[in-house]
This record gives sequence, structure tokens and C-alpha cells, in this order.
Amino acid sequence: MSSTTPSAQSEEKAEGEDFEPKIIVFCCNWCSYAGADLAGVSRMQMPPHFRVIRVMCSARVDPEFVLRAIQKGADGVLVAGCHPADCHYIGGNYRTRRRIALLRILLQQFGYDPDRLRLEWISAGEGEKFQKTMVEFTKTIEEIGPSPMRGGD
Amino acid sequence: MAATDKIGAVMVVGGGISGLQSALDLADSGFKVYLVEKQPSIGGAMAQLDKTFPTNDCAMCIMAPKLVATGRHHNIDLITNADIVKVDGQEGNFTVTGKQRALRVDASKCTGCGSCAQKCPIETTDEYNENTKVRKAIFVKYPQAVPLIYSIDPEKCIGCGICAEECKADAVEYDQKEKDFEIKVGSIIVSPGFDEFDARLKAEYGYGVYQNVVSSIEFERILSATGPHFGTVMRPSDGDIPEKIAFIQCVGSRDEKVGNEYCSGVCCMYSIKEAIIAKEHGGNIKPKIFFMDMRAFGKEFEEYYNRAKDEYGIEFVRSRVASVFEDPKTKNLILKYVEKGEPKEEEFGLVVLAVGLRPPEDAEALSKVMNFSLNDDGFCETGAFTPVSTSRPGVFVSGAFSSPKDIPMTVAEASGAAAKAASEIASARDTLVTKKEYPAEIDVSEQEPRIGVFVCHCGINIGGVVKVPSVAEYARSLPNVVYAEENLYTCSQDTQEKIKQMVKEHNLNRVVVASCTPRTHEPLFQNTIKEAGLNAYLFEMANIRDQCSWIHMHEPAAATKKAKDLVRMAVAKSRLLESLENLTINVNQQALVVGGGASGMVAALELAKQGVKVHLVEKEKELGGTLLKLHYLPSGDDPVEYVQSLAKEVASDPNITVYTGKKVKSIDGYVGNFKTTLESGEEMEHGTVIVAVGAQEYKPDGEYLYGKNPGVMTLLEFKDKLKKGEVKGDSYAFIQCVGSREEGHPNCSRVCCTGTMTAAIKVKEKDPDAKVFVLYRDIRTYGFREKYYKEAAEKGVTFIRFEDGTKPQVEDKGGKIEVRVTDEDTGKEVVLTPDNLVLAAGTRPSDGSEELAPMLKVPITKEGFFLEAHMKLRPVDFATEGVYVAGLAHGPKFLDECIGQGLATVSRAMTVLSKTTLEAEGIVAFLDETLCDGCGICVPTCEYKALEIVPDKKDEKKKTLDINVGLCKGCGACVGACPSGALTQMGFSDEQIVAMIDAALEDAAENQEVKQ
Repeated sequence: MSSTTPSAQSEEKAEGEDFEPKIIVFCCNWCSYAGADLAGVSRMQMPPHFRVIRVMCSARVDPEFVLRAIQKGADGVLVAGCHPADCHYIGGNYRTRRRIALLRILLQQFGYDPDRLRLEWISAGEGEKFQKTMVEFTKTIEEIGPSPMRGGD
Repeated sequence: MAATDKIGAVMVVGGGISGLQSALDLADSGFKVYLVEKQPSIGGAMAQLDKTFPTNDCAMCIMAPKLVATGRHHNIDLITNADIVKVDGQEGNFTVTGKQRALRVDASKCTGCGSCAQKCPIETTDEYNENTKVRKAIFVKYPQAVPLIYSIDPEKCIGCGICAEECKADAVEYDQKEKDFEIKVGSIIVSPGFDEFDARLKAEYGYGVYQNVVSSIEFERILSATGPHFGTVMRPSDGDIPEKIAFIQCVGSRDEKVGNEYCSGVCCMYSIKEAIIAKEHGGNIKPKIFFMDMRAFGKEFEEYYNRAKDEYGIEFVRSRVASVFEDPKTKNLILKYVEKGEPKEEEFGLVVLAVGLRPPEDAEALSKVMNFSLNDDGFCETGAFTPVSTSRPGVFVSGAFSSPKDIPMTVAEASGAAAKAASEIASARDTLVTKKEYPAEIDVSEQEPRIGVFVCHCGINIGGVVKVPSVAEYARSLPNVVYAEENLYTCSQDTQEKIKQMVKEHNLNRVVVASCTPRTHEPLFQNTIKEAGLNAYLFEMANIRDQCSWIHMHEPAAATKKAKDLVRMAVAKSRLLESLENLTINVNQQALVVGGGASGMVAALELAKQGVKVHLVEKEKELGGTLLKLHYLPSGDDPVEYVQSLAKEVASDPNITVYTGKKVKSIDGYVGNFKTTLESGEEMEHGTVIVAVGAQEYKPDGEYLYGKNPGVMTLLEFKDKLKKGEVKGDSYAFIQCVGSREEGHPNCSRVCCTGTMTAAIKVKEKDPDAKVFVLYRDIRTYGFREKYYKEAAEKGVTFIRFEDGTKPQVEDKGGKIEVRVTDEDTGKEVVLTPDNLVLAAGTRPSDGSEELAPMLKVPITKEGFFLEAHMKLRPVDFATEGVYVAGLAHGPKFLDECIGQGLATVSRAMTVLSKTTLEAEGIVAFLDETLCDGCGICVPTCEYKALEIVPDKKDEKKKTLDINVGLCKGCGACVGACPSGALTQMGFSDEQIVAMIDAALEDAAENQEVKQ
């Protein structure tokens, strides 16, 4: 694939941006992780600044995980689960929705922009939505800037 | 014949995707399988494909797990490079003799390392790559081949002896002789696949004369990352990347001149796929597809076609190309064709001929040896109600050998044939199989983690973007990693051996594979480490392909950095992995079938034949479903008689309990242990569920005067009138695609075109002078159904094509029907005044589907049909274990296809019901009782009612939690809610996930400057 191997790029320094956001993405195994895979199978291109952690259900995402990520310097955290009524585990995603709403308030109270935490429903068939979400969320985080933990404000 | 005479083994002839599926189903349900393949390795045609439609899944990626599972299955014997010589005996007890041609390599010694081929001085054309590449005289068919054993091509080998010298395993045996073999089996399945049409026979297209005219399968190889140019689309004459590519459809199909009247059924879709992929490979490639009718009839195919047009900008020209000429200077090709009555010429850089499917070369020989009949076209003969049976009892057929067909239909049939083969010898189940023995598990609990990391190139899928060597090098630097290597394909059979060897050599107690997605490949690698004596849960994967190299194709540096991060995260989790024990679940060996139409009854009867007690629930008062309203089949067989005989058989079968006029109220439980309650109160327990709830004909909402003029009716209503002799008048117009292929219902309903032909032919048979018009967009009489299209035309039916956007206008003129339609061919308006206007109304999901799906926790498509686990390779399974789907519930299809799927669900269900116990997941919730104070916050988070607050046995004043692990699905919702940290999800513990978070942010933490 000639288009996949552009030449002359330095190995260590990625293309020209000063701020490289650090984004942690929690994906449930059944819908959003499969959606992320589908984005790959469909070769949908997106910014490379996120790292996915697979959990069986978005409801497994303990609030501690989000806080831990923020504490360790993540500029953004995305939690992705099955669409409402589509949860492989029936209703796990509803609990996630409540938790994330509370966590956003908590983040704000601690002086963080609540938009650093986002919840999205992405189905196994929505590779494109995964791509769009990653493009948009990366942009949002770039606009908000580095986390206070990494020297931002 | 006495039951003791039955032999509990099956021979499967042909190791393509069909043979693999049959073999795996049978071996997983208590039968010994001999898989006989004429080539040195299995895989068949699918192994040559780059991608598959309509999901663009990489063919090898989805097939490799099945290849490896077949190759390593302890109850499947592979007999490759072999031919069948004689088949004696009868159903239940056959004796097969055959010959295994010499590989000239000792299969027991060859490790598949390939050093022989590197040194072999002889180069010859490579059949796997359709001669677009070269191979050596000692070779394997393809890199992921199973079994991975080299063989010497006797025609090309010059006997120089270099390979024998080079082989460290001493495996080369020049004088190896062919071997005779004899096996005893109870049933036989033939699935030898198909051959491609030889495009030389269409001399006007210049194949074999002009270098830049290639066949579709050659183009498939050109597109492939493992093909001649590693996926770059280069034309053969000069290696230039062609800008304009023409696809010519129906080469060797729908063509009396070459003797193939049938439609090959798959070419329209594969050409769309190849055009899309070509376009994805390079921005400037402009594909143009020349076709007669676009036959995008399968599940979600029409949407794929629409995407090709609208999103990819692929052009479609409705025309049969007359001829192709080469410009000798540029080697470009000039196509001559007629479009809308006007002769045209256009120049292209490359021409791809969509070659049709024909019977395999050895079809006749095979039919003689095995003594079964072929049909007029040379394919295996089957009946309208017996789609997987040959004319010889005990010999079954599946795949493209019985008619051209796509992969999902092939896989369903393969399971269906396995069900029939198993029923024949059900009494001999479990007599010839052995249980898979794994070595004793190494206790790693006291050991310091010793992690091995295997980084996959996946051909160039990963390696073309990510610097795999530097990822492997980086892995070596991580704490507790004692070994790391890179592989061309980590999933291939040779790498599995390598992993086991490295576990042993380096005393590895954790394994990490950085490759594709755990969703498809984790089970394969887990099995490998089990074979090496490690617990399956000591395995972890880093997804550096689907979620890295494929989505950051133009940023190799960033992708490499990300791959290293993902490996570091996986290693961090791996360090904390523990051995887990799989629970044993008891299996209730009864089955529930929901829906008493043809699919459901076929499934129920076949399960009953295999000794399973079946509960068959039908919401109508009478068994039979849609078939009762069909009246006519194109083949002339009587569907009503058939379905009534099925109903009688069902009613008198002692293993089947029928509940008619009843609806399901609730289904609880999990694989092996379902409990169902009907609205009328009956309760039943069962181990599996088959969903066969059917579908219904669309009732147009006033469209085309439906419901407003008595002369307007749907196709099923018309057939009913025709049967009863109530049709009035002598002129008929049929309008196709009513409620299909339009907004809201974008897909094709598959059966209406053929249904229309059947009705039109009936009309003409009764009254040869009747005026019959069919107004259509594409006629989709795929496969052998093409002959009904031809027959209708020969009987004088007039076909008028209208443009996709311009529907016929229908008006009521004083009670008379007037139809106005613009004939696309002539551009002129035609006015018809038929006595009967028949609407070929589409297929809609059954009314109960939306209520049933959530009870079973299975998904439905946006159109409301049940969505299977995988469109290509798991056509009748759901992601939820123990639940299967057949027939119209899955999407529109013909009766033979419904029967095939009905049988397929039996084969899949028997992989569960043939056992008394199953192994469950180990990733369940686990409680640390010392931390639990019985607060009960977790209890309502559990959707499966697996949690209960009980008095603490040790201290009666206190409360604690009780987990029913049989009900636990391992979602972890309770763990996420537990405020005291008492709950853990095995395999996804807090410590493990936190370790991944920390590892992901390691360098963020390094740069950390806390601002106060």
C-alpha cells in the first residue's frame, strides 16, 4: 500500500504539534470496542493520541479509574458503551450514564473543565461514530489545553 | 440396520470454508472427522480473498482462527493432497478408500520453517496468487497454510538436492511414494467448492492476449497485502497504477454462448467490493462497473451498493460490453459497448473480468466415485426441500458445489449438512472421539512474572505502518519481559508452535500478543498457552492493528509510539494476571424452538432425530408459517403439501411438544440453563433457543392504489387468488421493489423477482395469450433461478425497466387501473391498463421480533431482522451463546435457504446439547468477604439477579454478599459500584486496570509539573 508508507518522518517526534493530548478511552467489549475495531477494519483515520482500555461493560468503569487517569496526567477521558437499550448486560450503561454525570460535577468542583470527561454510546456497527468521536474529542481537548496535572490550567 | 453398525465418524471432502465449518461442528458434537482435501493445504477459495463483502472484513483475518482450530482439533484428521478412489457401503456405514499423493516431504518432521524454499533454485508460477507471483518448486500454498507442511512440486523439481541439504529436520524425501488409505465413516459430506470460469472462452474480451485484462480473482490477489505488489494496485504490463479500471460483469455467467445460463450470484457483490478496495488503495483510481442487473440481493448488500455509488463515487454502467481492444502503444484497453441505445467507446488502464463460478473440475469424477447425480449444469443435484442431500443416502453436500453461492450461505449449509450427517449416526455419537487433554497446569502463583511478548507484522497490515522490530525491541526493555519476538503472522500455526516452544525454553508464565483484536483472536492464543501448560487467563493482547496501524496509516511515527504504549499497557496488566478456573455449567439437553414455520419445524424435527426433546412454540393456531400462503414454488413443487407433511411429522414425533396459539412471555437464564414461560403460563427448561419467528409480507400503505382498487394486490394475495381461480381479466402488470430498496427500507427483499417469475409463468401457462408486464429496476433471479427469468421471457412476458428514482404512476380511471412508466431503454412513456396490478411487496420482520430480542439479549438490525454474530462466518449464531437464528427471522430468503439455516441451527445447538456440562467464563465477580460489610449497594446493579445479601455465617450480626456465579455474566457492574473494594472482577481487577492506566500515562507523569 503505497499510500500507507509516507517517507521522511522522524521516528521519535510526531508531526509538528506542541501539545500532544493524552486521552484514555474506556470501551466496553461488546459495542464500543467492536465499533473501534470496525473503524480500523474500515481504515477510518483519526488522531493517534488516545489509548483504549477494554472492559467488559462500561459499568465496570469505576469512578476511581477516571480520577486515577486524571491524577496521572490524562488530558481527557472518554467512556464509551452500548447505546441505551442495547447493552449486552441489559442495563449496565444506564448506571454508567449516572456515574459519569456525577463525575463531571466532581471534576468541575476540583477546578477541572468537565468537558475533559465524556460519555459516548458507540455500537459495534458504528466505526464511523467512533472515528468522529475521537476526532471531535481530541479537538475539544486540544482547545481546552493540557491538564493542570501536566502544567496546563 | 442395527444401531451398533453405525459408525460415529464423518468424512468431509473439501477443506474450504464449507468443509471447515462442517468438520468443526461435527467434531465439537461428538463425532470423529476425516477432512479430505485434494490440495496440500486447506483453506479453499476464501483463503485467496483479500476482503469480504459487505463488511470489508479481511478474509484471512476472520478465517485464520477457523483454519487453526481445524488444524489443531484433536478429533479432526486432515488427509491432504488426497483423492477418493472408492466408496463402498451404505448410509451409516461406509468404507472409503483413497490415495494420498506424495508430498515428498515427511509431514511429521517438517516444521514449516521455509529454509528449503529460500534455497530452492527453481522458480515457477504461484497458483495461490493466480500466477501473478512466483513460488519455488518446494513450497506451501500460502503463509498461513494449515497444515504448514512444505511439499515438492513433482513437475518442476529438478532433483538437485539443495532442499534436502538445507533441511535441518531431515524432512525431505524425494522417493516418497503415494499412500493408500482406508477409512470407515457413517456419513459423508462433499464440499469441493467451485472453479472459476476460464475467461479465455470469452475471446472478445482479450483475456490471455492483452496483458492488462485480468480476472477478478487475479485482481483479488493484486489487491491483497500478501499479493504480488503487497497491495499496490499495479497493472501487469508496466507496473503503472491504473487510473481508470473497468469491471465487466457476467463473464461466463448468464451467457448461453458459453453454455452457462445460470447467474453466479456473487460477482456483482465481489466487483463492488474490489472496486471499493481499489479506490481505498489509491485516491486517483476510478472504477467503473459494467453490468446487466445489479444483483445485490443479500442481507445489507443494497446498502453496500449504495455506499459504493454515493460515498466512493464508483460508476455503474448498465450495459453488456461487446468487446475489448488494446492500444498496442499504451497497452490501454478500449471498451465497446451500447448504453441506452447508443454505441460508445471508452479507454481504461486495466480491465477486470468478473468471472463466474462453474462446477469444480473433478465434479464428474467425484460423482461417479461416490455415486450421486449432477444437475444439467454439472453441479451437485439437490431437491427443493432437501438442499443439503445428494441423490445417494448418507452423502450430503454443501457450499458452491450444489449451486453458486456466497460465504454466509455456504457456512450455513455446511452446518446444515453436518446436522444431516450427524442425525444419520446419532446413535454412534461419542463412540470414536477422544477428549482434549491439556498438560497439567503449571502453578505460577508463587512465581515472579516472566512475560513473553509476540509482536505481529500481520503481513504488512501492521508492519507497513508500525515499526514492528522497534516495538519488539522496546518490549524487551520492559520489566518482567524475558522474551520478545516479531512474527509475520502471530496467528499462523507455526507461530503457535513457536509460542509453546518459547514458553518452555524461557519458562514464560505470562504471554502477551500484540496483533489484532482480542475479540477474534484471544481464544486461539489462549488455547496455545494452555497447550504449553499455562492457564488461559495468563494471556493478554495489545490491539496494534485494528486500533492502531489501520487507523493511523499515514502517521507511522505516532502509530509506532502508540503501539509501544499499548504493549507497555498490556505488559503492565499481564504482570498482575492470575490463573482462573473455568466454572462447569450443567447443560439441560432440551431445546426451545420459537416459530413453527418451515425453518422452525425443520430444526425441531432434526433435533428430535438426534434424540433431543424439543419445545416448539408457534403464535398462530396452525403450524406452517409463510409457506402456507405461498402456493407455488418456481421448481413446481407444492410448498403447502410440504409444510403440511412437516406439521404432521412434528405432531406425531414423541420428542417434540407443540404449543400452538401460544406466545413467549419471558426467557431467563443462560446457555445450558434457560427457563421460558409462555403467556398462557406453561413453563419449560432448556439448554438452547432457536429463533425461527419468520417474517411477513409488506402491506403497502395506499401506494399504487393498494387497498383502494380491488384489482391491486400483493404478490402473495395474487398467488392465493390464482390458486383459487379467482383472478379476473387477461392483463397483468407486476411492479417490483414495492417497499424494498427505498428510503427507510434500503435493502432488497431477495425473493420477489423469482416469486414474480413463478406467478407470471403460471399465468402464461393457464392463458398463453395473457398480456403480462413486469416493471422492474434489476431482475435478481440469482443462481439457477435465472432459468425462470428466461422461461418467463420466452413465454412472452414483457419486461420494462424503470429508473431507480422514477416509480411508475398508477391512477384509478373510473375503476380501471392505469399505469404510466418511463421505459429506461427507450426513454419513452408506456401506458398500461392491466386488469390486475400485482405489487411485489417486500419482506418485513415478524411482529413479535422486537419483544423477543431483548428477552434473549440479542440485537436486531435497523430494519428489524435478527442480527447474527458475524455476517460472514457465524450466519446462524448470536453473540449470546446458546441462541441461534434461522429463516426469514434473519432476513428475506428462499425456502431451500431457510431449510439450510434451520438445519444449521441444529448443528450449532448440538455443539451444546450433545454435552452434559460446559465450561463457563472465568471472569466472574469475586468477593473478598473480609472487606464486605453487606451494604447491598451492588445488588440492584446486577441485571442477572446473581447477587443476594445474606447473613454472615461467621458473625450472625453481620451481613455479607452471596454471588451465584452460574448467573454471573462477568460484566463487572457490581465491581464498579462497590464502595468498599470488596468485589473484584476476575481478569479485570482494579489493580490490573489501574496498572494499564498508569502505564498509558507513564510519560505524562514524567513531565508532570503540578501547578498549585
